[in-house]
Amino acid sequence: MSAPVLGVLAASGSDVPLSFVGLGLVLAVLAVLAAVADRLALSVIPLYLLAGLVVGEGGVVPLDIDTGLVETAAEIGVLLLLLTLGLEYTPRELATGMRTTAVPGLLDAVGGFVPGFGVGLLLGWEVEVALLLGGVCWISSSGVVSKVLADLNRMGNRETPSILNLLVFEDLAMAMYLPLVAAVLTGGRFSATVVSVAVALGAVGAIFLLSLRYGERFSRLLAPASDEVLVLATIGLTLLVGGLAHRLQVSAAIGAFLVGLALSDPVRARAAALVGPLRDLFAAAFFLFFAYRIDPATLPGVAGWAVVLVVLTSVTKFATAWLAAARDGVAVPGRVRAGTVLLARGEFSIVIAALGASRPDGAELGALAAAYVLMTAILGPLATRQAHQLSRWWLQRRPAPVAAPAG
Amino acid sequence: MAEVSETPLPGVGVRFEFDTAEGARVGVVAHRSGRRELVVYDRDDPDLSTAVLQLDNDDARTLAELLGASQVQEVYTSIQQQIEGLAIEWLTVGAGSSYLGRTIADGAFRTRTGASIVAVVRGDETIPAPTPEHAFQVGEVVVAVGTVSGLAQLAELLQG
Repeated sequence: MSAPVLGVLAASGSDVPLSFVGLGLVLAVLAVLAAVADRLALSVIPLYLLAGLVVGEGGVVPLDIDTGLVETAAEIGVLLLLLTLGLEYTPRELATGMRTTAVPGLLDAVGGFVPGFGVGLLLGWEVEVALLLGGVCWISSSGVVSKVLADLNRMGNRETPSILNLLVFEDLAMAMYLPLVAAVLTGGRFSATVVSVAVALGAVGAIFLLSLRYGERFSRLLAPASDEVLVLATIGLTLLVGGLAHRLQVSAAIGAFLVGLALSDPVRARAAALVGPLRDLFAAAFFLFFAYRIDPATLPGVAGWAVVLVVLTSVTKFATAWLAAARDGVAVPGRVRAGTVLLARGEFSIVIAALGASRPDGAELGALAAAYVLMTAILGPLATRQAHQLSRWWLQRRPAPVAAPAG
Repeated sequence: MAEVSETPLPGVGVRFEFDTAEGARVGVVAHRSGRRELVVYDRDDPDLSTAVLQLDNDDARTLAELLGASQVQEVYTSIQQQIEGLAIEWLTVGAGSSYLGRTIADGAFRTRTGASIVAVVRGDETIPAPTPEHAFQVGEVVVAVGTVSGLAQLAELLQG
């Protein structure tokens, strides 16, 4: 980018049409990155994060963008990410997933959360922020995992249901975790925190029951609506419920997730198709803005810890997925494929890390989470490709089964 | 028919699997969008799907047609779901029918029963939308659409 262009951008200030020039350039760059990610069959999230680091404060090409506008877009991006996650599942799938995957799901929670929480405490952070790092290391990226499964033609594989059920468990656990940490972050005395945690979980439960009970009726009401009506109603409801949830100190993201769950079948597929492109736009703003605020100079300081976390949580994640696949009767090559595909962390780790942005240790948490997601989102898909080659080799070197002698 | 096992794929759809007589394991992943994946499982690694074929709605229907599955039942069900109270019936013209050699116009069936004759199947030949001059022969199958009671009346007229 040439200096005069940057001069124009810097001069933009409060002039709205001129700030569009900056935003337009950023979006054009993101479009190129998304195309590159598509071509290389990589997740685009690490590329968005890198772009944010480059144009952000202290970056190589610092851009003066209208942060107010982008911040609002980023917050909407979080809601839409969770809304589309909710739209993916039916409440019945969640219930089944919860039941069949309880044991590996809980091991997954312990194996992902404890290393993150521990490193947070070792770094001398407040407990609240260390809790967030635990979440960052726990939740695998549904987006990256389902993209890898589709790209590698693995939807038909036997280990795939085990993987999807683990994701379902994580997503549902996140629906408990997010309001819980939101309540803890609000802080206050211990008793006040206990009360706000109880209020948060109660509110989530109430919305969940309401959506189970009235979701279908509501969806029938929306079924004959035109695309225009449907997209406005869906996004409007998401912002409304998200905003109210936030008011009640329950996480706004979970409100959006529950709205997605509440929309049921005739409407769900259409709503998902309509909201998908908007989600891509606003989520891009979210990832970019998250990295934009990170000072690249803080990265070297946390890189070592990020590597430690990547190693520790990759081992635990691999072991849990291996166990989950083994419980479903999958043989060793399939268990290796399952173990490696879940290594990627992505959108939800960033969503969780962003909750700590206003805390004193938040900047360090952001940098660590960005480094961690960058590594796992790139290494996970690469590892699972290698796992396939490895399992072919493993099968071929095994001697062919010898027929039992007759008589 | 081979035993088909069914596995739910949360957020994706359903996977169906069965063993062919020759011993290969075949699976179909039915995505919620209507997309289908046809897979064959690897013989060394039975958990691995190879030879994945991606089929959209149209492709899946064409393939099913080529493989000889009858789509009539599916079409029938979808018509029934769209128009409540509409029924479809296949009626064979027997040797004892009083309309042998007589035409559809002679019977004035639509006036009398409300049911419409939409096709006549004669051996391997199908006559869609037969003209009122069509004369019935023994063994012909008449495909008619109407209400349940109208079809019962038509059956009585044609077969009695």
